Amino acid sequence: MRREIPLIITGVVGVVFLLQYFIPHWPFDEMSGWFSDWFSIVQAFAIWLGALNLLKISAQKVIGKKSDWGFAVVIIVSFLIIVIVGLTGGEGYRETGTGFSWLYKYVYSSLSATMFSILAFFVASASYRAFRARNFEATLLLVSAFFVMLGRVPVGDNISFFLPDEYQLSQIANWIMTWPQTAGQRAIMIGIALGLVSTSLRIILGIERSYLGGGD
Amino acid sequence: MHLNPRGCHFVGFANVCLLLFLLISLTPSTFAQDEPDSTKSVKSAPLNPPTNIEVSDTPNDAGGSITIQWTEPIPSEGKDIKGYRIFRAESVDGKPGKYKMVGSVVTTKTRFKDGNVDDDLDYFYQVAAVYTASVIEGQELETLAKSRTSSKGNSSAQWFDFRRVNVFVGVILLCGFILYYISRAKAGEKLFIRKIAGLEAVDEAVGRATEMGKKIFFIPGINDMNDVQTIAGVSILGRVAEVAATYETYIEVPVARSLVLVTAKEVVKEAYSKVGRPEAFHEDQVHYLTDDQFGYAAGIDGMVVREEPATIFFMGAFYAESLILSETGNSIGAIQIAGTAMPAQLPFFVAACDYTLIGEELFAASAYLSREPKLLGSLKGQDMGKAIVLVAIIIGILLETFNIWDLSKLFKVTG
Repeated sequence: MRREIPLIITGVVGVVFLLQYFIPHWPFDEMSGWFSDWFSIVQAFAIWLGALNLLKISAQKVIGKKSDWGFAVVIIVSFLIIVIVGLTGGEGYRETGTGFSWLYKYVYSSLSATMFSILAFFVASASYRAFRARNFEATLLLVSAFFVMLGRVPVGDNISFFLPDEYQLSQIANWIMTWPQTAGQRAIMIGIALGLVSTSLRIILGIERSYLGGGD
Repeated sequence: MHLNPRGCHFVGFANVCLLLFLLISLTPSTFAQDEPDSTKSVKSAPLNPPTNIEVSDTPNDAGGSITIQWTEPIPSEGKDIKGYRIFRAESVDGKPGKYKMVGSVVTTKTRFKDGNVDDDLDYFYQVAAVYTASVIEGQELETLAKSRTSSKGNSSAQWFDFRRVNVFVGVILLCGFILYYISRAKAGEKLFIRKIAGLEAVDEAVGRATEMGKKIFFIPGINDMNDVQTIAGVSILGRVAEVAATYETYIEVPVARSLVLVTAKEVVKEAYSKVGRPEAFHEDQVHYLTDDQFGYAAGIDGMVVREEPATIFFMGAFYAESLILSETGNSIGAIQIAGTAMPAQLPFFVAACDYTLIGEELFAASAYLSREPKLLGSLKGQDMGKAIVLVAIIIGILLETFNIWDLSKLFKVTG
């Protein structure tokens, strides 16, 4: 039963989600909403599993003085501060001027923005490696990237001013993005869509069970 | 000439009357100040109302909606139609009750969807053309030309959305192919499956970690278990964990969602049991970090830099953090295998990882690694779907190029 019940739930929910796309009649029009609500409720309760797991593992690190236990202290202290400030803030804890809002704005948002901004440097280092003309395909990528990057900045058109309008670098960049790039992306999208249908069908029919643990 | 006092009074009275008359006739705006609105309805000469009012149940919906259509009137001479107002009355003993305005549309439209009706009631409708009567001192006067009462109409829910019949046919075809090939695979037919480099390298990647005596990291993306990519990622985790358990290599799975934590823990535990090493599984191998996208990326980056795993798998749904994670892995020289169905993240993984499963390969991975006939059969069915799409693209290009017919219409979903 440990395996059958999840398989039945998955199958029923999968079939309902499929049917509601084609059947607008009640109860199908509302069933997907019910299941989504149930998922959100389960998800909301499950957050405690994650939070407790994080605290447990961090506490074990600190108590056992394992390597890098200092970071675990930061996790525990940060967790407790945000929870306590949030809970003591009452119903309006998210309003401007509250401690929670201050932490969100000046600590959380800044840290997130910092992580996101690192991406710019990683894009540069990854591009440097990717745009090496090792073979024909890599050379094509390099040439395309050259035109697209130059065409996306004002200097691109400035250095190609002597060419007719339709051959300006911005136009070449647009052409690459509109035609070859879109064609390639659509090919990938078609494959993904078919793969999604196939995988979903395997899950609904109970053929794919590996996500439940074990193979069969 | 001299007038007597009585005559003077008469002349004075006449002058005041004349002045008042002039004031009234020359300054109408003085009296319009009582009307705060910029528009007001007045009765006017007969104007042409909309005709042929047709009331029908809105098709392909869950009920609660009636569609009203009408024929545009020929505007009366010198008058402009500004738009239309739609009035609705409930049916009382088969006759219209009191009319209420339920909406308005601009003049270019001759159709209105009333989405606020009860399926159990009947309704009558009237459509009024709004005419601009005159403009005086910036005040626009308008008049309504109401149509005749429509026939009775009501709404109901439908059992099939015919706008999606093409999707339905596609799903039936694809499911048919998949089920057919699954049955053939079950019957013992050997199915060919092309080599997928990224999946062939799984053993090599785990072996490398074993040789180096280092950890393996498996990152199942940042979406929850309701995303098929996460399910595909967790399925691959099961196979990778089996290989890792066989080689006695430690695999660590930091996750971003609580439900993924529960599922992944179960999957890894089962994998260890399956290869006969249940005692080697530690609860801490699968652990939760945070739901937050960049918090998760920061956490993994820190672990990667400090612990320097030999192998990193990225299998699931990734967004902007894909390059942050894979570049950090690349910087410590880990062998990296990524797989995602997020088209925007694929170039980043291709640039930073050793192997990348592109889109459909992620979904095929579970079947490929397990070599289970039933799963392989589904891949063959999927390939048939791809073949149909390919043929349709070629035929569509030819028909469109020679301007014969727009085949893409068949694939469009209008609702």
